[in-house]
Amino acid sequence: MRYSWNWSVLTVEPNLGWILSGIEWTILVSLAAWSIAFTWGSVLGIARTVQSPLVRALAGGYVELFRNIPLLVQMFLWYFVLPEVLPQRWGTWLKRDLPDAEFWTAVVCLGLYTACRVCETVRSGIGSISRGQAYAGLATGLTPFQVYLYILLPVGYRIIMPALTTEFLSIFKNSSLALTIGVLELTGQTRRISEYTFQPIEMFLTATALYGLITLTVTALMRVVEGRTRLPGMITVAVQ
Amino acid sequence: MHKIMRLAAAAMLAMAFGHGAAADDLYGTLKKIKDSGRIVIGRSENSPPFSYTDANGNPTGFSIDLCSRIVEAVKAELKMDKLEVRYVTIMGTTLIPLLVNGTIDMACSTTTNNLSRQRQVDFLYTMYVTGNQLLVRKDSGIHEVEDLKGKRVAVNQGTTNEKIIKELDQKLNLGIRFLDTEDQPRGWLAFESGRVDCYVTDAVVEHGLISKAANPEKYEVVGRLLSFDPYAVVVRRDDSAFRLVGNRVLADLFRSGEIEQIYDKWIKPIAGPLGEPLRTVYAMQAMPY
Repeated sequence: MRYSWNWSVLTVEPNLGWILSGIEWTILVSLAAWSIAFTWGSVLGIARTVQSPLVRALAGGYVELFRNIPLLVQMFLWYFVLPEVLPQRWGTWLKRDLPDAEFWTAVVCLGLYTACRVCETVRSGIGSISRGQAYAGLATGLTPFQVYLYILLPVGYRIIMPALTTEFLSIFKNSSLALTIGVLELTGQTRRISEYTFQPIEMFLTATALYGLITLTVTALMRVVEGRTRLPGMITVAVQ
Repeated sequence: MHKIMRLAAAAMLAMAFGHGAAADDLYGTLKKIKDSGRIVIGRSENSPPFSYTDANGNPTGFSIDLCSRIVEAVKAELKMDKLEVRYVTIMGTTLIPLLVNGTIDMACSTTTNNLSRQRQVDFLYTMYVTGNQLLVRKDSGIHEVEDLKGKRVAVNQGTTNEKIIKELDQKLNLGIRFLDTEDQPRGWLAFESGRVDCYVTDAVVEHGLISKAANPEKYEVVGRLLSFDPYAVVVRRDDSAFRLVGNRVLADLFRSGEIEQIYDKWIKPIAGPLGEPLRTVYAMQAMPY
């Protein structure tokens, strides 16, 4: 039982270039998907806390739908099934004319999936603020919109900052599923090289280290953001 | 962590040298099989007609047939009354780790034997030879690789097919827009649903896909052979005793011509009768005693 190690597979061309391109796609997919997840997830999270039962139910239905279907299956559905159930002209456009269809499908799928997780985080952030604050705002003559804008959201987002960091990190790791629809991101590229060279252990260790590097960088950046936005006396204050 | 690795290495060394002192001179895979009373075969779930799952859920196919004969030979060689056979499903990425760490003893699928892979593993004699061709729709107007200029082409990630077609794309300056599909079912789906104009994989696989398609008359395999892909059973490196048992079985089949019956059973319905080039490959490997 012996494995013949050969770390030089990392540095020979074209492997090095492939790994770098994989990192680039991983970051691109993750950031693009996060911008969808954050905005759409925030809208949904707020929707889950408003007065109207209909709006609350719709947002709740969205969350249950998206968080109960495995992400891998969602990728498959968006990429292979959606074009077949749409009117033929649209389906053909998705399949043939949309440039970088794999990339955009992965971004939309990952973004809409992560949005349901961001939604629940935002909802719990708003829910954790004592009701008195909203009532006090209304009593001073603010409209419900202004109560959200000036009181609930600024405080709520600061409370959920660490949880949002976790979701942000998850999106980098979940982006690896984009390889199933043909985006050669970091995992896709390292798998590809390992099948060419039959040196899978080196390649998976490399992928592990690079994901670690990416996520640790993101964590460090988010620490700075958390520090800048922290409110004295709120939950996010670190133990002194 | 370091300590554990060192311990593991020490244990492996002890295993490697320990048997030298034993009475019998079995080593490597044969010794492992004798000691455990079990042989473990790595196989694929969906590479018909070579290695796939039949309607009853059992592993079956051309490669599996050959490996079953090797199992019989191993049993006879080791003079065992009973030899348990277990199957483990492998993929391109798991083949090497599972073989090297001893989970499987040989891989019976559609693995191409090439020199870079031989740095890591050994292959038995070539059991089939195929190459890349183009799977297209009949009305596509594609006949040769040169016709792929500016077309959408699906090819599976990390395959020898991908390597070949991407090199040709560069060399002939075709500007092909590639879709790097994950595996064979997805590659076929992308092709069948019209996402791509052409799917590039091993010719024998393409014939198999067409034969299972809903409308086989709509598709065809075209173009010259773009590569040389000898399929072989994969075994651990530096284990010539075990490899010899496997190769002896294959040489016997090649010499006696029995290989043709196995070929006819699995491959003929899909790729046609045994051709002259492959017949020569078999004849060349029919080593005498």
